[in-house]
Amino acid sequence: MKGKRFLTRLAAVALAVALMLAFGLPAMAENYPDKPVSMIVTYSPGGATDFQARLVTMLASNDNYLGQPIVIINKPGAGGQVGWNWFIEKGSKDGYTLATYNVPHFIAQSIVYPTKYDINTFEPVGNWGADPAVLIVPKDSPFNSVKDLVAYAKQNPGKITLSGAGMYVGHHIAALQLMKAAGVKLTYIPEKGGVPAMQSVISGKVKAGFNNLSDSFRNQDRLKILAIADLERHEFLPKVPTLKEEGIDVDNSSVNYRGVVLPKGAPPAVIAKLSEVFPKMFADKKVKAKMKASGSPEKVMTRDQVIKMFKERQVYLEGLLAELKKKKK
Amino acid sequence: MVDFITYFPQALTPINLLVLVLGVIGGLFLGATPGLSPTMAVALLVPFTFHMEPATGLVLLGAVYTATVAGGAISAILINIPGAPANIATLLDGHPMAKQGQAQKALYYCFISSLVGGLFGMAMMIFFTPPLAEISMEFGPSEMFWIAVFGISVMAGLTSGSVLKGLIGGMFGLLVSVIGYSPMLATPRFVFHDVLTGGVAIVPALIGLFAIPQVFSLMESSQKVASDVEFKPQKGILMKTIKENLRHVKALSIGSVVGSIIGVIPGAGGQVAGLIAYDQVRKFSKNPQSFGTGNPEGVAVAESANNAMVGPSLIPLLTLSVPGSPTAAVLLGGLLIHGLFPGPDLFREHAAVTYTFIASLVLAQIAMCVFGILMSRYSHSVMKVPDLEMAAAVTVLAIFGTYSVQNSFDDVVVMFALGTIMYIGRKVGFSAAPVVLGIILGAIAEDNFLKGKLIADTDVGVMVYFFTGSLNLIIIALCAASVGYSVFSEVRQYKKAKARARAKEAGS
Repeated sequence: MKGKRFLTRLAAVALAVALMLAFGLPAMAENYPDKPVSMIVTYSPGGATDFQARLVTMLASNDNYLGQPIVIINKPGAGGQVGWNWFIEKGSKDGYTLATYNVPHFIAQSIVYPTKYDINTFEPVGNWGADPAVLIVPKDSPFNSVKDLVAYAKQNPGKITLSGAGMYVGHHIAALQLMKAAGVKLTYIPEKGGVPAMQSVISGKVKAGFNNLSDSFRNQDRLKILAIADLERHEFLPKVPTLKEEGIDVDNSSVNYRGVVLPKGAPPAVIAKLSEVFPKMFADKKVKAKMKASGSPEKVMTRDQVIKMFKERQVYLEGLLAELKKKKK
Repeated sequence: MVDFITYFPQALTPINLLVLVLGVIGGLFLGATPGLSPTMAVALLVPFTFHMEPATGLVLLGAVYTATVAGGAISAILINIPGAPANIATLLDGHPMAKQGQAQKALYYCFISSLVGGLFGMAMMIFFTPPLAEISMEFGPSEMFWIAVFGISVMAGLTSGSVLKGLIGGMFGLLVSVIGYSPMLATPRFVFHDVLTGGVAIVPALIGLFAIPQVFSLMESSQKVASDVEFKPQKGILMKTIKENLRHVKALSIGSVVGSIIGVIPGAGGQVAGLIAYDQVRKFSKNPQSFGTGNPEGVAVAESANNAMVGPSLIPLLTLSVPGSPTAAVLLGGLLIHGLFPGPDLFREHAAVTYTFIASLVLAQIAMCVFGILMSRYSHSVMKVPDLEMAAAVTVLAIFGTYSVQNSFDDVVVMFALGTIMYIGRKVGFSAAPVVLGIILGAIAEDNFLKGKLIADTDVGVMVYFFTGSLNLIIIALCAASVGYSVFSEVRQYKKAKARARAKEAGS
């Protein structure tokens, strides 16, 4: 009868776990946190956001940070909309449910779609990373510079296919900016995530792509990296010029910022505590070393800096997406 | 190869071996829990490797990956819920065998075939990595689209009985797969309720379609007299089963080869490897009717295929840094955390770690088989659980498994809804496998067709893009052959049945 007992026990454990997840008891803010904190990641396990989220929170249970572990919960779907909608609508507001954010993704989505979230519903507590988009072409591509690519696109409107991680993500924004600034028409191919988008470029299925600096950096033997969509060159790729240097007026609006937010309505004491602890934790030597080793560009920002960045992006993206939105309707 | 042998002993250090064994045993249990797919199990363990030596961490991840793939067969055979999509084909014959009192034999078959397939896949990986890596990059949107169509062509054959019902079930699955935001333009489709915003995820659908009808029918049958099949441990059948199993050369080789090929194709995933291989064996069999009723050959082909996929599925990851499957994507995280960037450097600069990892995958296959067989001895006790208690246990497992995929109660609702529809469908002769296949392949077909069309429009046009190129043509030919053969065998069976009826009439 061993198997039966095993099954019953398994069932009991399963129920207990499910109940624990569903009805976490509210706790006082003074002792916060006195139990593990969960953090919603709106993308699937293994993606860059998930991987980095696990990495930067690995020290949370140290006493000088939270003293409690952070448990990652993946809620992927519709480019992050499923997770963020859930977080605002159904997540607990007691400070024990956090979420990761990706800028410009969530801001662009809140402009284009009827989402439950926008910059006013999130209380940022810290930013850990900034992954700029880089313009890549296959190794054997005839394009050796941004100029080559733009010149070809001018002659052949819409003939250049350009892949990216999906609709209204940083790569898409970068593509829109490039088209607008250079006055060319490219065909944007939205893929299911950065990895398939990268693969399409490596194997020459598309003529170009915007992709994460981190992933492109790791694949630089199999790609040509033409430019970076940021204000300055990056330490990982010192030889790659910015689009601005190449004469294309594109700023850093497409840079993929990653960080942590609380929902609006969370206790002010919790917001204050996390805003103090998280930037410090992200800047910990151990975290920095792991981020660097894995080729993930780190950028630590405080709550105030993030709020300012959110606002700037909101204004810019509203302008950029206004035309697109009109066309859709 | 020389490197492989040089570094092999490194996998045998006491700590690595301990981690390997623990990983395999844990992986078998995790795999046997519905909803805890290999991807999930590996993702859960990646943080544990942060603090380990690189090689030891990778040994753990490799062992868990291997064991969870095989472990999914346990629940498929014993309680008719596939632990992961890859185990659908296992269940088709595995569960009928268990019901006939041969659960232990079915599990032996499963683990021995897994070992054969797994070792074949690893051999492919060790010997043919460079050419296979190149092939994997050949698959673009058009090739992937045709692969999905090929999978769909298999659908018709999966229902024992009616081709038409198989196709209708498949179409229903395809429809379900388009729920949610469209992959290209992000337009919401069929989102009648908030629950459906993210679309129907594969694992909840899988659990619902298989487990819920199972629960209902367990409750129905509990009113009747208990079956007279006696479930007791079968002693001394191990050697016999091994001999018998290895005699199914055809099933094992078709399974291993198909599994390896599909493993290399990025994005196709092992989810369909088992089903495609299963269908091929059934087509070549002398009595295809016996499949689906507890034919051990079915278990052998399904399990050899889905374990053969493990090795080759890592090739695009290790050589090109392009993870070919969701699990490989999670493993990429496990590599990066230790500063190991996949690509040619991995084999040059980090040879020790890389080859230790590969060696441990080989060892994990063997450990998986040994521990799997040991666990199988207790399988009879699961079969002895009375129906009503079983129904309760399966319900709990189904809810737990579904919830744990994305921590979403919406998925549980979707799971129950699909399950209820399937229960009614089953009453009128539909089966779940084509529906699941439709859900899996619909997304692949749609995504790649739209992507291909976007690319083709800027270039040579849709017709040329999809219908030229040797790889496209080969896959199209396979589709045609598969459909043609299904029709042919249907007609032949129809004629046979008619002749039999006539003979009967003449006789009477």
